[in-house]
Amino acid sequence: MKLKSFSMINLAMISVVLLVSCNGNKQSGGALGTSDAASQVYVAPGTYDEFYSFLSGGFSGQLSVYGLPSGRLFKVIDVFSQDPQTGYGYSEETKPMLETTHGFLPWGDAHHPELSQTDGVPDGRWIFINDNNSPRVARIDLTTFETAEILELPNSAGNHSSPFTTQNTDYIVAGTRFSVPVPQTDMPIENYKGNFKGALSFIKVDPETGRMHIAFQILMPGWDFDLAHSGKGPSDGWTFFSSYNTEEANSLLEINASQRDKDFIAAINWKKAEEYVAQGKAHEMPGKHFDCTYNEKTHTASNELRETVQVLIPEECPGLVYLLPTPKSPHGVDVDPSGEYIIGSGKLSADVTAHSFSKMMKAIENKSFDGEAYGMPILKYDEVLAGVVKSGGLGPLHTEFDDKGNGYTSFFISSEVVKWKVGTWEVLDRAPSYYSIGHLSIPGGDSRKPWGKYLLMLNKITKDRFLPTGPELCQSCQLYDISGDKMKLLLDFPTIGEPHYGQSIPADIIMKNSKKIYKLEENENEFAVKGEGETKVIRNGNRVDVYITTIRSHFAPDNIEGVRMGDKVYFHVTNIEQDWDIPHGFAMMGNNTSELLIMPGQTKTTVWEPEMPGVFPFYCSDFCSALHQEMQGYVRVSAAGANTPLRWWTGSAPVEE
Amino acid sequence: MQLNKVSLILAVLISGSFLACGGGSDESNSNSNEDSQSMYQKEERVDPMQDKGVGPITSVELGPIDDAMVAEGKAIYDSKCTSCHKPDEKYIGPAHKGISKRRTPEWIMNMILNPENMLANDPIAKNLQGDYLSPMANQNLTEDEARKVLEYLRTL
Repeated sequence: MKLKSFSMINLAMISVVLLVSCNGNKQSGGALGTSDAASQVYVAPGTYDEFYSFLSGGFSGQLSVYGLPSGRLFKVIDVFSQDPQTGYGYSEETKPMLETTHGFLPWGDAHHPELSQTDGVPDGRWIFINDNNSPRVARIDLTTFETAEILELPNSAGNHSSPFTTQNTDYIVAGTRFSVPVPQTDMPIENYKGNFKGALSFIKVDPETGRMHIAFQILMPGWDFDLAHSGKGPSDGWTFFSSYNTEEANSLLEINASQRDKDFIAAINWKKAEEYVAQGKAHEMPGKHFDCTYNEKTHTASNELRETVQVLIPEECPGLVYLLPTPKSPHGVDVDPSGEYIIGSGKLSADVTAHSFSKMMKAIENKSFDGEAYGMPILKYDEVLAGVVKSGGLGPLHTEFDDKGNGYTSFFISSEVVKWKVGTWEVLDRAPSYYSIGHLSIPGGDSRKPWGKYLLMLNKITKDRFLPTGPELCQSCQLYDISGDKMKLLLDFPTIGEPHYGQSIPADIIMKNSKKIYKLEENENEFAVKGEGETKVIRNGNRVDVYITTIRSHFAPDNIEGVRMGDKVYFHVTNIEQDWDIPHGFAMMGNNTSELLIMPGQTKTTVWEPEMPGVFPFYCSDFCSALHQEMQGYVRVSAAGANTPLRWWTGSAPVEE
Repeated sequence: MQLNKVSLILAVLISGSFLACGGGSDESNSNSNEDSQSMYQKEERVDPMQDKGVGPITSVELGPIDDAMVAEGKAIYDSKCTSCHKPDEKYIGPAHKGISKRRTPEWIMNMILNPENMLANDPIAKNLQGDYLSPMANQNLTEDEARKVLEYLRTL
């Protein structure tokens, strides 16, 4: 991929030089445009990109890290899916991360990366991401770029409006797309209406450690909650959830959930919710859920089962929820940098609806209600409406903002982005997506301080944009320069999985905190060894624990005898290197689990159950040095009950048990 | 293959010329057979007891051996160094016995703290790289830790 883009750039440059020298006319034609775009995305070898871009992998279950403007891929962060490349979800240390009330889950559907914020500005401490399929929220530590925690969400059944932050990361919110019986019970599906519920979870984030817990849930009617954003500045303290299927249909939603002219954006006063919880108005309901955390010192994940959740019922809590009527099954709900405008994108509409927060507060004060739903006041549409963007497009989905007072809305059906002026709602520009854009993303574009230089289109379809690869094609991002009046296409680049949504942040905020190694002396893994002198092999019944080290370019021990058929061999591999970018791999012939990839100072464990007597090699699978090919070892496996003594060594005389 | 032969011959010639220049205590010359297998071109000869190396350490004050430091240094050495070094015998890297009589204290600490630059820029370190193939690993010791290891090495 990298190679291709370089050679494309080279070609473009050469052709431009030729053209320019032939024509002698610097103003002429597309060639100059190409050259200009090429230089804007060209990050010279050995130099850094200006932004980190975190793009979800969608159905890959992971989160990818790219650079902007180059579109170069740096890392895939393992989150919800097992990864045999790193051993995530395979190694003994990381298996507990993927534990849920449904058992061990090897896969997830990762949709929305969300950077933590301080004062409404992305701060680069953590990035959160949701699993849509089996409701969970993960927190990734941006000093290690590793998943630090995964919290399961009870009563939820399609964690889509998630995980969106408040302006100081007080809460990460997570609304359910699918409503379900709460608590779960066997009932006829036709009984949906009035009986199914939609839970909106407010997850408290510890400001020091980042540790998450569900502070409370709000049990809403059986609508589908699609997306969410919290207020900022004047609207801090409120969170807005878009909904569709207020018809409460349970079949053929394509038609049956599109009957009403308007659905609702639910405005939740979470400061009020805190008061109600403090007053004891919340119901403690059963709601089993796992919280899985990764300990950076032990290099080991563990989890705990939490039994209950605090639940608020809107009917019992006046002033907790108000409903803003919004046309045509709103999808995205986005708040502008000032915090005044709440933008709803009715996905079956041509227009984008802007509600005013100050008008909403006035309407609440004046009780300008248009009836209620399940005890929640419906605000009069005209009393809260600030304006409508007459876009001329079709199928608006999501809006982000630049730092010059403009909004940018993606349109799936008309496959484009429309740029418009916040406040006057006039359309300023439009640019096509190739093809079928879902989300769009501007660095800081959902915060109080957008860095409005680039816009990413995150596209679902790439038909004919890249070399074909059979029936399955890549999905892609397109990078636009939005620093001028007109949006300018700079680059297409393919992505891992579906780039469902992404967030970007200036590189200098994150890179200065990026860890280089794990300190060996701080390694508290139960099976760590701090030097080769401590390496050993211990038998306990049929369990054999091998305490083994790696350093360029050998294992200690690298010869092991006395393993017998029927044994379970635990290789606890400690990488005792303390230098940046020197991981070692561990691969055991025939082992029916993944390899291990062990960072400097880290310990990881894999289990091997030999299936026949003989002598079997293991080796380092990550090219580490000039003598990488020499980094190998043998395990001798004897028959069950054989009296081969347990012995191990590296180079020198064997140690015997 | 061809290239290897050429560099082998070169290495032999060059190491030969070192010997002709005469009399060094450097272990890299103690076995010319071993030297001849080096893939690396030999560097110009320097007096090891003048070479302070390349890195953060420009001057070290040595006093009488400090037993407490030696004990701490040995603990660090056992954990961070012994996968490649043994006091008395050549292993992945050179034996350390008597090193304080062959190297300046500054050179020793710079080799611990700044191995990448030492291997690239210091003539003695470059020669060692040729002899031992495995590069000296940076174990990210602090200056204080490196000083304690030095104290331990003085006792070998």
